[in-house]
Amino acid sequence: MKKILHGLAVLGFGLAMAISAQAAEEGETPHYPLKKPAQENWSFAGPFGTYDKGQLQRGFKVYREVCAACHGLSLVSFRTLEDLGYSEAQIQTIASEYEVEDGPDEAGEMFTRPGKPSDHFPSPYANPEQAAASNNGAAPPDLSLIAKARAVERGFPTFVFDIFTQYAEAGPDYIHALLTGYEDPPEGTEVPDGAYYNPYFLNASALAMPPPLADGQVTYDDGAPETLDQYSRDVSAFLMWAAEPHLEERKATGFTVVVFLVLFGGLVYLTKRKIWAEVPH
Amino acid sequence: MSAGHSTYSPKTGIGRWFDARLPLPRLVYDSFVAYPVPRNLNYAYTFGGILTLMLAAQILTGVVLAMHYSVSTELAFNSVEKIMRDVNSGWLLRYLHANGASFFFVAVYVHIFRGLYYGSYKAPRELLWILGCIIYLLMMATAFMGYVLPWGQMSFWGATVITGFFTAIPLVGDWIQQLLLGGFAVDNPTLNRFFSLHYLLPFMIAGVVVLHVWALHVAGQTNPTGIEVKSKTDTVPFTPYATVKDGFAMVVFLLVFAYFVFYIPNYLGHPDNYVEANPLKTPAHIVPEWYFLPFYAILRAITFNIGPIDSKLGGVIAMFGAIAVLFVVPWLDTSKVRSAVYRPWYKLFFWLFVLDSIFLGWLGSRPAEGAYVAMAQIATLYYFAFFLILMPLLGLIETPRRTPNSITEAVLAKKKGADATPAGAAAAPETNG
Repeated sequence: MKKILHGLAVLGFGLAMAISAQAAEEGETPHYPLKKPAQENWSFAGPFGTYDKGQLQRGFKVYREVCAACHGLSLVSFRTLEDLGYSEAQIQTIASEYEVEDGPDEAGEMFTRPGKPSDHFPSPYANPEQAAASNNGAAPPDLSLIAKARAVERGFPTFVFDIFTQYAEAGPDYIHALLTGYEDPPEGTEVPDGAYYNPYFLNASALAMPPPLADGQVTYDDGAPETLDQYSRDVSAFLMWAAEPHLEERKATGFTVVVFLVLFGGLVYLTKRKIWAEVPH
Repeated sequence: MSAGHSTYSPKTGIGRWFDARLPLPRLVYDSFVAYPVPRNLNYAYTFGGILTLMLAAQILTGVVLAMHYSVSTELAFNSVEKIMRDVNSGWLLRYLHANGASFFFVAVYVHIFRGLYYGSYKAPRELLWILGCIIYLLMMATAFMGYVLPWGQMSFWGATVITGFFTAIPLVGDWIQQLLLGGFAVDNPTLNRFFSLHYLLPFMIAGVVVLHVWALHVAGQTNPTGIEVKSKTDTVPFTPYATVKDGFAMVVFLLVFAYFVFYIPNYLGHPDNYVEANPLKTPAHIVPEWYFLPFYAILRAITFNIGPIDSKLGGVIAMFGAIAVLFVVPWLDTSKVRSAVYRPWYKLFFWLFVLDSIFLGWLGSRPAEGAYVAMAQIATLYYFAFFLILMPLLGLIETPRRTPNSITEAVLAKKKGADATPAGAAAAPETNG
């Protein structure tokens, strides 16, 4: 009986898979993104992952010199840049390079002053309407959470394996793929005015952001290659930190918790065995 | 309690003083120490304890999170981010609470399937089962409203879609929807009332849990054989036997829970919920949390009109019907044998039902187009056929296997069998543990 049941279950499952494969083939209306991002190696992946401070500093430099012209980072405060390895004095200098709106003062006027470590990164636009107006109607998204707010669907059965491989880097993989993925549109593809073809873009075949990075655009002072690929990698890592600043603490705590639960569970199991030893059950 | 007289006898003077005035220690002793449980319970029976643990954990983390959360469409999203970034261990509390909801549902689904497999809903446990269904409904309402609170894109659009279901009800539908929303669209009044109810409902769940456990302690647990307890040798005292077994199961469950919380905390969430709600921008696919996906698939499977019922109302009826049918399960099953262990055909169709539910869940995450719709319709058909046709029919036509005379007999027969076969041979999984 058991064998028959097992056989039937396998049969049913196989049938379901066959139908679903067919369904996937039928749904051939354009399916975005056109290309799936490659899985990159990240220092912060895996159970013992940590951020590479040098990489975060380089990524921060790319953000400041390129991305920040259009994209805000409004949830991140200067003081948290400590995580990147900057000293208090350095953070004070970085913050003071920004003009922050404050007030009202005693006369009831708003005024600007140099930033303090407790301030958040000021946004490049006064409000979302202004951001949209200056960018052909599409406001550039704030980047504070972008590394957790974008992910390409993994599909079956990859999403099952992801549990065991602890894959949680879909965001940075996507950002890296997008930044390095601009190319000439294939023949016959129409790209609307003011849009740029990119097969990695999540929602369409082209997006309003022009290719933001190019080889040699940002100067690195630590000898890292000044290439589009390296810039994209570094800024993706930086944005992952911006979205998940407590990642290292989380994984380190997790290790302690798992070790404790395994040891404690082992003791409880032995206790259970002892207690039940004389009772057939 | 089902064992009759209390065996509690306080040993200290203060214990006797208390017992004469408020016998709370006696209640606890009788319910969780001396309370007799069948000796053959397997690990599927540990999920009730696990659910109690999860409810307590959700309430604790939730109360602390509420101290840092701002109930306003202007502030909600950023206040959650403040919890994630600036509140001490805020990231831990929030990931525990968000993943805790998912694991609460993992546990409740195992618990419900266990009840269906071993026939735990049959007389005299119908009320116990119905109270469980009420808890499940309350959990769904609580989880749905909780998901709206971070005020991300999926929060907003999920709330819009789900409250939109109610407009399908003739005559009073629009009125009900406006009552739920506090207006004509999801907005600040919606967020405020959802927060209020999200704080209230867990305590109502706790109240129904008390009734659920009370009803359980009156009828006593079922067990894998489905035979009622007949003599004292059939049972063991709750403490230490069930306590230590439940405790071990809890630690293993927490281990899996911790794995998600600490290593893949966003695996069960949707990336769009890290984008602040925007009423002017609809996400490409609006999908509910995974634990609602089977019902979402059933909702969208009804794409045709049935007489005067249009497809929209039909879908809503099917979806609510899929939950409502659980309430009448005790009267749908006509079999005299309780446990699926002795019901070869029911066992087969039960496991097909489990697969069907998982398949419906996957379909719920797919766009409702092409072959997905046809597959969802077939799967929905089986879902209802299992309850409405197979359950009543199988009880009449199926020939069950011979059931043992008592729990003790079943246990000793199994022990004999295990002693006779070499170590490592597969034992019957129904009675393992």
